[in-house]
Amino acid sequence: MRLLLMFLDGSKCYFAASILTSLVLTALDMVNPQLIRYTVDTVIGSEPSSLPGFANGLFEAMGGVEVLRERLWIIAALIIGVALLAAVFRYLQRLSNTKAAETLVETVRNLLFSHIQRLPFAWHMKHKTGEVIQRCTSDVDTVKNFLSEQLTSILSIVIRVTFSLIVMYSMNAKLAAAATITLPFILLYSSLFGRSIGRHFKECDENEGALSAIVQENLTGVRVVRAFGREKYERDRFRKQNDKYTSLVLRLSRLMSAFWGMGDFISGVQVLIILSMGVVSSVNGEMTPGEFIAFMTYNAMLSWPIRRLGRMISEMSKASISIGRLNDILSSPVERDRENAGTPDMRGDIVFDDVSFAYEGCPELLSHISFTAKAGETVGILGGTGSGKSTLMYLLDRLYELPEDGSGGRITIGGVDIRDIKASHIRKNIGIVLQEPYLFSRTIAENIGITRPSLEMEEIRAAARVACLDETVTGFAEGYETFVGERGVTLSGGQKQRTAIARMLTAKTPIMVFDDALSAVDAETDAAIRRELNTRLGDSTVFLISHRTSTLKSADVILVLDHGRIVERGSHEELMAIGNGIYRRIYEIQTSGSEESGAAKSGSEEEVSE
Amino acid sequence: MSEPNNRRKKEAYVRLPYFGINRLIPFMKPYRKRLLLMLLLGIVGSCVDIVLPLFQSYAINNYIARGVMDTLPYFIGLYVAVLTVQIIANCITTYTASHVEMMIGHDLKQTCFDHLQTLSFSYFNQNSVGYVHARIMSDTSRIGELVSWVMMDSIWHTSYIIGAVAVMFAINPGLALAVVMVVPLAALLIALCLNKLTRLNRSIRELNSRISGDYNEGITGAKTIKTLVVEDRITEEFRGDTGSMKRTAVRATHFRGLLFSTVSFFSYVALALVLWRGGLITMEQVMEIGTLSAFMSYAQGLMDPLLWLIDALSTVINTQVNIERVTKLLQTESDVADSTEVVAKYGDTFEPKRENWEPLVGDIEFDDVSFTYPDGEDRVLEHFSLKIAGGTRVAIVGETGAGKSTLVNLVCRFFEPTEGRVLIDGRDARERSQLWLHSNIGYVLQSPHLFSGTVRDNLRYGKPDATDEEIYEALRTVSADVIVNRMEKGLDSEVGEGGDLLSTGEKQLLSFARAIIADPRILVLDEATSSVDTITEQVIRDALGRVTEGRTSFIIAHRLSTVRDSDIIIVVRDGKIVEQGKHGELMHAKGYYHSLYTRQFEKEAADSVL
Repeated sequence: MRLLLMFLDGSKCYFAASILTSLVLTALDMVNPQLIRYTVDTVIGSEPSSLPGFANGLFEAMGGVEVLRERLWIIAALIIGVALLAAVFRYLQRLSNTKAAETLVETVRNLLFSHIQRLPFAWHMKHKTGEVIQRCTSDVDTVKNFLSEQLTSILSIVIRVTFSLIVMYSMNAKLAAAATITLPFILLYSSLFGRSIGRHFKECDENEGALSAIVQENLTGVRVVRAFGREKYERDRFRKQNDKYTSLVLRLSRLMSAFWGMGDFISGVQVLIILSMGVVSSVNGEMTPGEFIAFMTYNAMLSWPIRRLGRMISEMSKASISIGRLNDILSSPVERDRENAGTPDMRGDIVFDDVSFAYEGCPELLSHISFTAKAGETVGILGGTGSGKSTLMYLLDRLYELPEDGSGGRITIGGVDIRDIKASHIRKNIGIVLQEPYLFSRTIAENIGITRPSLEMEEIRAAARVACLDETVTGFAEGYETFVGERGVTLSGGQKQRTAIARMLTAKTPIMVFDDALSAVDAETDAAIRRELNTRLGDSTVFLISHRTSTLKSADVILVLDHGRIVERGSHEELMAIGNGIYRRIYEIQTSGSEESGAAKSGSEEEVSE
Repeated sequence: MSEPNNRRKKEAYVRLPYFGINRLIPFMKPYRKRLLLMLLLGIVGSCVDIVLPLFQSYAINNYIARGVMDTLPYFIGLYVAVLTVQIIANCITTYTASHVEMMIGHDLKQTCFDHLQTLSFSYFNQNSVGYVHARIMSDTSRIGELVSWVMMDSIWHTSYIIGAVAVMFAINPGLALAVVMVVPLAALLIALCLNKLTRLNRSIRELNSRISGDYNEGITGAKTIKTLVVEDRITEEFRGDTGSMKRTAVRATHFRGLLFSTVSFFSYVALALVLWRGGLITMEQVMEIGTLSAFMSYAQGLMDPLLWLIDALSTVINTQVNIERVTKLLQTESDVADSTEVVAKYGDTFEPKRENWEPLVGDIEFDDVSFTYPDGEDRVLEHFSLKIAGGTRVAIVGETGAGKSTLVNLVCRFFEPTEGRVLIDGRDARERSQLWLHSNIGYVLQSPHLFSGTVRDNLRYGKPDATDEEIYEALRTVSADVIVNRMEKGLDSEVGEGGDLLSTGEKQLLSFARAIIADPRILVLDEATSSVDTITEQVIRDALGRVTEGRTSFIIAHRLSTVRDSDIIIVVRDGKIVEQGKHGELMHAKGYYHSLYTRQFEKEAADSVL
């Protein structure tokens, strides 16, 4: 409920306007049948006027029934006049309703999006992106439909039905009572059926999702499908699911058409009852022909809305599920800094002091890690998959937080505990290139310069040159204006990594982290980039995570991580001196072969001396 | 391989002859009887709608006006009969419409999917997964909807308009003329608005997909957004999109509201006209009151169908894009297709004639091959000739993005030479079917792709009838048995969508085992070790010797140590083959390979430069 009020923020007055106009509109719609009745009974026929006093007075002032008989166009003009008013209100009603709905959905979308951006990294790792996107799109739509269409429709239906019934009771209570009695049946039927059909809808949705997933997998794995010659298998797999989905929908539509047909029948019978009863009471003189016509018109205003009402009531449960799911997202706590968190200088030494860390519900990943990265130093980190080397950097960037109670040790930059530094300040000063970097679907230039919108093209190109990207990009038909992502060119893994490196360089951060950032680049480009980087790094503190010893070799200090512990540390030379050390073993695996030919060695020396 | 950048261009406004419906005729044909039934019953339904007001008019004229009710039971009986006809007709039409909708959607989906299985790689290189996915899933559904519901609605409402006008003329031509005069006025207004309305509908859809794209980016890229601290910027951009969505939606409603309330106003004008002119006639006793009331119903009821027709027409216009895109997909011809003779002998993709397949030995010869990628300009191969005896281990090395896959693409017949021939076992590859060749190939990709399902399903992908013994043997060969043993359910463990539940290294080893289970004559390892950690790489490298034994194998690698003892090494640079030979020969030649090799292994030399 609190959530609903939050959603309604800004759209409340539009909703009020929508309800108000709907009230006026309904009232106006009630007028015309009365005019017709008056015309039929009093003007054309000869019944005494049954209009309320003031309207009678009005007609009398215009010269009474006689004048109207001669000038029937007056009534026509009146109808048109009322219709004009109704048209204006109909327009206003639609407009205010849409404004309400769109303002609401805008509020909800913005609320969700900005909340999601502020949610901690851990939340994002825990939730599947596909599911979250689904929440943001389809659940938001459900809530929008509920509030803007269903809720306002229900209100306007209630208004309409109430007005019609009031008028009908004032005209002929017996007949009106007959009309009223049938309504609950229609309502009950519609809502019961609506409820029982909901299950089928869900099943259809799930099967459509499964079909869609088959297509997705087939398209992303097209090379595998072809190389194994499994086209027929894929076709059959798709066909099976396609058939299943189609037959489920067909079953649903059989039910639906039966439902609608039955609904039509009940409404038809209701009309028939009123029609025959109306005939009887007219013949008995309890009703004039004009009243009969008007009564039938009002009755027509009842049955259709009631049927819609029934279905809506049954669909209301859907909305509450969606609201619940949105609430899950919106009530997840966002990232917070300590109250007195500051923005100190970030050029100091970085100290990991007895850091231990475990992901929620997982065994300890890092245990008692202590080391110091002096300002301006390059620290290399070597470790196998799952050794916790990336986590170390996530902790430094405060993407994950160490426990508040200090039981997990602490990390300081320039002597300040990072928990006392604003997260945004830390991240602005630490540039991270991830192993599988994400590029935004915009141009390459925009991607590189995303952290600083005012960047000159020359600076972007300079960064790209360092990342050995400039040549590749200028080779594209549209150069730096080339669009990347779904709607544009697909870059190779190495090209993405290099773009991400260029992107990080433009931010000019005093601390840089390369989290296996060159894994998809071949050794030659790797070396070229590192050569270029070295001239640019200046006094930046650099963390190099890699499983390529050649990349780590030049680091001032290399940490070897194994199962969350630092097992070896030192410079390349020091580590190589350890008899059967891990670093040395990996180094030898990676370089095995270089001892093979002296020709290679001498060749390289020649090349260097050239 | 540079990719065309035209994908991001907005789809132009499509105008097809006959709105493109003629292109759908082949898909409608199987359902022509149902379509006919649907249309006929639609007309029946609308006729009943026309007849119903006549009941009321009869009741007024004959019972109420005259005061006799002797035929009332028959009247009720007839009414129920007509109602029953309508309900049955409605039930059948709605069901038939959804049947046709679903079946045409089903057929289109299947045809598109099947067609995709036969398309060559150049298509998938040029069209993103998201784009093709939307063609199969959403375009086909929209077309199904067009052919069924939109068509039925149009027929229904058109026949209602015609029928109502006809009945009015039959009753009183003069009065009918007065009413019908309003119709062109309303129609003119509608025609004027149609274009604008269609455009607005389209931009709403575009904005909708943009917002979905934003969500996708904001959620998938959340990690990156955080590390770059650009949350505010991204959120701001999102607000921009939701804002323009709101403005466009409100503008569209503004417009629709104006249109709809004007049309409903016109319906009251028609009513007023009838009351005025008809009232005069009724007073002169030329027409009875009941008839007048029926006339009023028709006059007012004429406008609603007009509105529905606008909607239908606007859908037809907007669906042309979908038709265009789907037919374009279906008309795309594969660059690589088997000739009719080949199909006759060896069967096609879906109906292979395995009994005619010769065993494949694995001798491969490039005979004066020249090649240009279909979407490229540069010749990447120029009169290239090379004989590869069965069982040879071929290595292809070069920088990332240098075009190392080209030769493999030609061997696998993913592409065909522009000039010259590729001979397999001494015969032109085009003389045998693609499936024959592909069934003999094992392929391990740089980024391993698994399909959702169990480990066993995936491992059997290349050999559906593989026994568990065979599977375990292959797993042992690549030392992947430990991975499966570690899993709770062994071979029955689910791998998740795209293999999400496994690490990249695990996926790679499994995809390696998958290739071996198929027992291929030709084995392709496409940078199979570049995205795995050192330990997995070592495992794969150890297995390589055992696995390539007796098979023609192609190993694409940028880490040269992997391929040093290959029978032949082909060196690629900038898409072209620059050197080829054994390791020793190439080293001796001191060319490009030599420099690649030395730079990769003689790290001291490289690092002293850093």
